[in-house]
Amino acid sequence: MAEGSKDQACVGAIDPEDDSPNMIIYRKIEDVVMRIQDEKAGGVTIRTVKSFLSKIPSVVSGADIVQWLMKNLTIEDSAEAIHLGSLIAAHGYLFPISDHVLTLKDDGTLYRFQSPYFWPSNCWEPENTDYAIYLCKRTMQNKARLELADYEAENLARLQRAFARKWEFIFMQAEAQVKIDRKKDKAERKILDSQERAFWDVHRPVPGCVNTTEMDIRKCRRERNPHRVKKSVYGVSDENQSQPSPAHIPSQPTRKPTKEDVQKEITFLNIQLDRHCLKVSKVADSLMGYTEQFQEYDPFVSLTEPSNPWISDDSSFWDLEASKDPSQQRVKRWGFSMEEALKDPVGRDQFLKFLESEFSSENLRFWLAVQELKRRPLQEVASRAQEIWQEFLAEGAPSSINLDSHSYERTSQNLKDPGRYSFEDAQEHIFKLMKSDSYARFLRSNIYQDLLLARKKPADTEQGRRTSLEKFTRSVVSPSSWAAWLFTRSSQTTLASSSSSSSSSPSTSS
Amino acid sequence: MRGVTSARQQHQLAEAGEPWWRQRESERKRPNTRTSSTIPSPLCASSLKMACQALQSGESLATLKNESDSLKKKLEEERAKLHDVELNQVAEKVELVSALSIRTRRVLKGHGNKVLCMDWCKDKRRLVSSSQDGKVIVWDGYTLNKEHAVTMPCTWVMACAYAPSGCAVACGGLDNKCSVYPLSLDKNENLAAKKKSVAMHTNYLSGCSFTNSDMQLLTSSGDGTCALWDVESGQLLQSFHGHTADVLSLNLAPSETGNTFVSGGCDKKANVWDMRSGQNVQSFETHDSDINCVKYYPTGDAFASASDDGTCRLYDLRADREVAVYQKDSIIFGASSVDFSLSGRLLFAGYNDYTINVWDVLKGNRISVLFGHENRVSCVKVSPDGTSFASASWDTSLRIWA
Repeated sequence: MAEGSKDQACVGAIDPEDDSPNMIIYRKIEDVVMRIQDEKAGGVTIRTVKSFLSKIPSVVSGADIVQWLMKNLTIEDSAEAIHLGSLIAAHGYLFPISDHVLTLKDDGTLYRFQSPYFWPSNCWEPENTDYAIYLCKRTMQNKARLELADYEAENLARLQRAFARKWEFIFMQAEAQVKIDRKKDKAERKILDSQERAFWDVHRPVPGCVNTTEMDIRKCRRERNPHRVKKSVYGVSDENQSQPSPAHIPSQPTRKPTKEDVQKEITFLNIQLDRHCLKVSKVADSLMGYTEQFQEYDPFVSLTEPSNPWISDDSSFWDLEASKDPSQQRVKRWGFSMEEALKDPVGRDQFLKFLESEFSSENLRFWLAVQELKRRPLQEVASRAQEIWQEFLAEGAPSSINLDSHSYERTSQNLKDPGRYSFEDAQEHIFKLMKSDSYARFLRSNIYQDLLLARKKPADTEQGRRTSLEKFTRSVVSPSSWAAWLFTRSSQTTLASSSSSSSSSPSTSS
Repeated sequence: MRGVTSARQQHQLAEAGEPWWRQRESERKRPNTRTSSTIPSPLCASSLKMACQALQSGESLATLKNESDSLKKKLEEERAKLHDVELNQVAEKVELVSALSIRTRRVLKGHGNKVLCMDWCKDKRRLVSSSQDGKVIVWDGYTLNKEHAVTMPCTWVMACAYAPSGCAVACGGLDNKCSVYPLSLDKNENLAAKKKSVAMHTNYLSGCSFTNSDMQLLTSSGDGTCALWDVESGQLLQSFHGHTADVLSLNLAPSETGNTFVSGGCDKKANVWDMRSGQNVQSFETHDSDINCVKYYPTGDAFASASDDGTCRLYDLRADREVAVYQKDSIIFGASSVDFSLSGRLLFAGYNDYTINVWDVLKGNRISVLFGHENRVSCVKVSPDGTSFASASWDTSLRIWA
């Protein structure tokens, strides 16, 4: 049966080459567990405890373990140490001697360490036949403390039904195990029995307990050594065992790089070498600057006004966001950068409104149209691109924009085979232009300043023109209204909208 | 046979498409023997030819490798010159974050198995989640109402995403596909009937994300590639090759003008890609194990990663290097997922030890640890307006924290 006391050298030490995710964890836990047991190097005292008429060998209290973890892993809060200790137990490295449930308690509860033979790093995947032998063996041992728990009795009953045909074989194996066990020294048996039980508590956990042997299926394929998988606890050979499971088929070993691969790598490295990079100090300042600027907008860092809906169960915060009156704080954000102004639909509308009042909205409308072009389904792209060309760039275009000749030539070329990125150069150029010109004027404008300083607006003179935002806020936030909003938004940006109604507006599609 | 099937056997059967509890021990199929047909015989003609070619070009391959190695060294030296200070040193002058009192504000129960992924709707309160048993649920997180539920034909739905319009969701997993389901207002309508298969990979789908529109979908896969698809036609617009192992995660750059995204995978690399050209523009390799998740900092100038090595790291694109490592001796288990708070000051990270740690991005220290989940945390995402973050877990629940 199980060979092993904690003194025995690790059977199945982790292959140092094995860096699969599970093994990394096991390695770390095993390092901790070995340190805890190393009394000479500041580990806990593992001793025999006298209890009623008997002695309990090789145990340590939960409190001792928690203390050690806090001290040696720099943990300030005992709750954290208990949590980590419980996980170490749940993975099968230590266990309470009188409970199937593998958690750590910060009190006098007694714990024992698992034998390295049973460590999860040995790639145990015990079969049900072994579990059947184990449960069967338990019923043969007439000891109150080894009596089957309810869930174990249920499992045994199910196994008996499933293995009905080979139950005789299982029974015989169980008997053989009992014989072997009887030959062992009493104290040693106590330890081994408990370790064996703890092993099964990991692989056949109490219902309701986490099964820590469950694996993330994305990582299964890469388990290195299918032949290292241990399936038999009791030396029972099973026909299925010689076949590695599909989960353990090693994925194609990473192919050796070809000349082509290395050439690609060289090209890549040369590009990286040419890249102009910033110093970390500069980058750090930039990160700090951004964070500082936006801290007041971060609900986790600053109090929100009105309250955070998730905390207060009051959704006013969201209602305010959706309303047509943006708060001063929100308007202030549009001033941080043009990107911020464009990101906020209300900011974008106000910017557009300002430009329209100056009859210089073609740049922004072009930019918005190109953004929208990139969001179209593939088959609509070519025709839409042509429409944009006609509207903004062609000779005598109604909303003609100013492009430098280089970008104009490039764009004109691109339009021969129109695609989503045909206007990239133009869009970039226009963006820069707006940033240095229109955006700066917008921030100085009355439209913006009134909102920023929350000045009372004169009676609305544009009664007839409902903005798309107003249409949206009438409905509650729901998928249908989102669809409706999207429709009106897209028709807004595709229409050559200006304060004068144009009869030659191109047909819209959305 | 309930309760007595080992976890591995469950996975084996799940991969074969069978719910494990339907299989009786005696009827269990033998594991596939497909290994025998995939291991190439050393004597077959094509491998002989390859061996001969290798011998001939052996010298020039070695020369190329030498060139590559010396370039790498040079690059390291150049970059090291820019490493004039540590982020946490510069951040010493920044004020400490005031004590956070983050608690669970909602628990979403309804999934029958591990929740693997979730995504927020732009309306800041709805979310979609997907689980190991094939169920995809759309919730109003605020009221806890389940608004839609779809059962996928495969198990392990590892990726799900909400469309920007709020009118559709995309999901996929072991079926190697990403499908889009329009969300009908009619509760009685069968969503599965309107399903549209968009992406096709040759291995599991690990991540998906709509670009700024309902019309394009970006996917990552266990086949080592990422791909951009046109939703309406299902056409592949661009594919991204470069990872040498499974890609586990992707994230689109937040910029209105940008056309880039970052991906992380089992090759321990995080790659930044140009969506237009399909080129890998930057690459980072400092983790010791799989990168499970990558997420951009709000400006798009940096991104964070979560790895099985138990650490999260911050990489800056302008400095082209790692600028922070978020780790602790007591954090042994892998990090599965990360996300930034709105200002980028806080980093929320979910771990395989069932906890969520909150890190100070600038100072590098851990601010608090959140307990609550009873099994691994698989996904963590901050809501669009930053008022909360949601976590999905193997304990079958989702939690919303604020």
